[in-house]
Amino acid sequence: MSTVAAKPVTKPATKPATMAQALGRALRDSMAEDPSVHVLGEDVGALGGVFRVTDGLAAEFGEDRCTDTPLAEAGILGTAVGMAMYGLRPVVEMQFDAFAYPAFEQLISHVARMRNRTRGTLPLPITVRVPYGGGIGGVEHHSDSSEAYYIATPGLHVVTPATVSDAYGLLRASIASDDPVVFLEPKRLYWSKADWNPDAPQTVEPIGRAVVRRSGRSATLITYGPSVPVCLEAAEAARAEGWDLEVVDLRSLVPFDDETVAASVRRTGRAVVVHESGGFGGPGGEIAARVTERCFHHLEAPVLRVAGFDIPYPPPMLEKHHLPGVDRILDAVARLQWEADS
Amino acid sequence: MTVMEQRGAYRPTPPPAWQPRTDPAPLLPDEEPYRVLGTDAADKVDPELLRRLYAELVRGRRYNTQATALTKQGRLAVYPSSTGQEACEIAAALALEERDWLFPSYRDTLAVVARGLDPASALTLLRGDWHTGYDPREHRIAPLSTPLATQLPHAVGLAHAARLKGDDVVALAMVGDGGTSEGDFHEALNFAAVWQAPVVFLVQNNGFAISVPLAKQTAAPSLAHKAVGYGMPGRLVDGNDAAAMHEVLSEAVARAREGGGPTLVEAVTYRMEAHTNADDATRYRQDTDVEAWRDHDPILLMERELTERGLLDDDMKRQAGEDAEAMAADLRQHMNQEPVLDPMDLFTHVYAEQTSQLREQAAQLRAELEVAAEEAEEETR
Repeated sequence: MSTVAAKPVTKPATKPATMAQALGRALRDSMAEDPSVHVLGEDVGALGGVFRVTDGLAAEFGEDRCTDTPLAEAGILGTAVGMAMYGLRPVVEMQFDAFAYPAFEQLISHVARMRNRTRGTLPLPITVRVPYGGGIGGVEHHSDSSEAYYIATPGLHVVTPATVSDAYGLLRASIASDDPVVFLEPKRLYWSKADWNPDAPQTVEPIGRAVVRRSGRSATLITYGPSVPVCLEAAEAARAEGWDLEVVDLRSLVPFDDETVAASVRRTGRAVVVHESGGFGGPGGEIAARVTERCFHHLEAPVLRVAGFDIPYPPPMLEKHHLPGVDRILDAVARLQWEADS
Repeated sequence: MTVMEQRGAYRPTPPPAWQPRTDPAPLLPDEEPYRVLGTDAADKVDPELLRRLYAELVRGRRYNTQATALTKQGRLAVYPSSTGQEACEIAAALALEERDWLFPSYRDTLAVVARGLDPASALTLLRGDWHTGYDPREHRIAPLSTPLATQLPHAVGLAHAARLKGDDVVALAMVGDGGTSEGDFHEALNFAAVWQAPVVFLVQNNGFAISVPLAKQTAAPSLAHKAVGYGMPGRLVDGNDAAAMHEVLSEAVARAREGGGPTLVEAVTYRMEAHTNADDATRYRQDTDVEAWRDHDPILLMERELTERGLLDDDMKRQAGEDAEAMAADLRQHMNQEPVLDPMDLFTHVYAEQTSQLREQAAQLRAELEVAAEEAEEETR
């Protein structure tokens, strides 16, 4: 999958592609390569999904491989369990973050623990695609950041891409994984574009590796998914203050790449965790604790968090006040006790 | 105009492709539970099948009493007895071919054993040494499901997948009367009917969901009536009549295998014991109710039939009893041995490949075990 053609490679013909297109391409390539890969969910067939990620799959692979199901999330995931038990690799779509909640019992009571409860004899290679997060003006129940629920459940991998290329690579890796993966798709990045060549060989990242998106010396912004571009923007803006910020994109919350994160914080001595979901009981608390445990003697300041407020996701006309933006991130960076350093 | 009048006047135009696919009448269950034993229908049943059902019932009853005794000795953490429901359990197992799949609930240990799993492995969950004591693929038996009705969509998905692969495999999923109130019951039946998946849903209506009687569980005419709303046939059967259960389930399995889609079977039976050994059934039901069901015991019904037709002699009865006793002795002997457990197994099967977080925690436990082992060694010196 990641091999480059043996012949001398001229510069591949890249063109702008959206994250949604890259995800669709990942599904298509996975289905073409492996007949056991099946896509199912509400509206994934003729409509191509409400975000058009599954566009064209039913036409190319037939309705048996890309199936419009009855509207029932527990049923979608529950039947996927049985399909996986019989040797298929189901990829289910949970239309919106908050619509996945009816399927929680299946996810937590069966999907996450089937390998464990059967002593490894019945692994479930299921990918659960969940469009998540806000910033698209969605009405209630269309903008939740539900990752804290998923990462609290042993047995699940939890990944979230922030770039077009990672969207492809991580989804390919998730579908190929022999364990269940909750694949969180940042809704507001669906239409983000990058130069990308769908015909050139793609790197498939192993699940569980964070990446340094921007190198810096002053402090580390630890983030993932929809907050990655925000942090990169904040890092650019911080240059005006003389701060050279490093941005780490986790890509995977479970497994968690302690090594990359700790190495970065040891270099910079300061860290801010940035995510959209609420701070209380959110992933940031866990990340801050892990960083503190590993980097205490390198830290020049406490690890700070910039998170969404601890409120139900607000109505769209107010969401800009809730979502961590550049200013809030820079304010946090300013609070990193710079005076102690001078 | 009132809202109600508006509703009455509203006639939606069906989309062009929509058609009522079935006449509901043939989907409806009989008014009375279907019976074979003690009726003319029993004459048509193969005597060998009746004898086999009898022997399995005797064995199943002995399994239930042995497992219950093991809870009293502290050898099992808990045992939800299916005493009184053996006919459902045995018929569920015997209606299936080897290639089919069984999806049991936590009370269905007996069906699992009747399907051929060794009696001790079926009790791992209830003993507490691991959650599932067998390889589901080896025996085509899903893990005993403790959450209610959540295993039903698994059965649908598996049967659907098998059909997509061109295999004539049927899934039989078991659930209790209480489980029919769960959302997963609805979703599973709806998916199965829409996909025409080869699934048989067996509801064992044993009268109570722990303490809540059926009257507080549903307002449906019967649980089998629920089938018609999904577009599948519902069958109402005497759950203590092993021959009737076997016939109805076998028919449903055959229909599913031939592409006829799912069936909902309601077995009317009774839970003679409490929900589990942790439950006090005297708080919610009368002993007289339980006594009334003793005359309708599944073993008694079968014995009467066989005896009246001259198909059962003392030798056969003794043989069935001895076989059951041997099984119970084996089970006792096995359960009285302390299980050998490796605490490091806690980390072995969480993921295909351990995360670095789990590797760290495994190292911590290993170190704790080593210290404990050293301390134990010092004490023995």
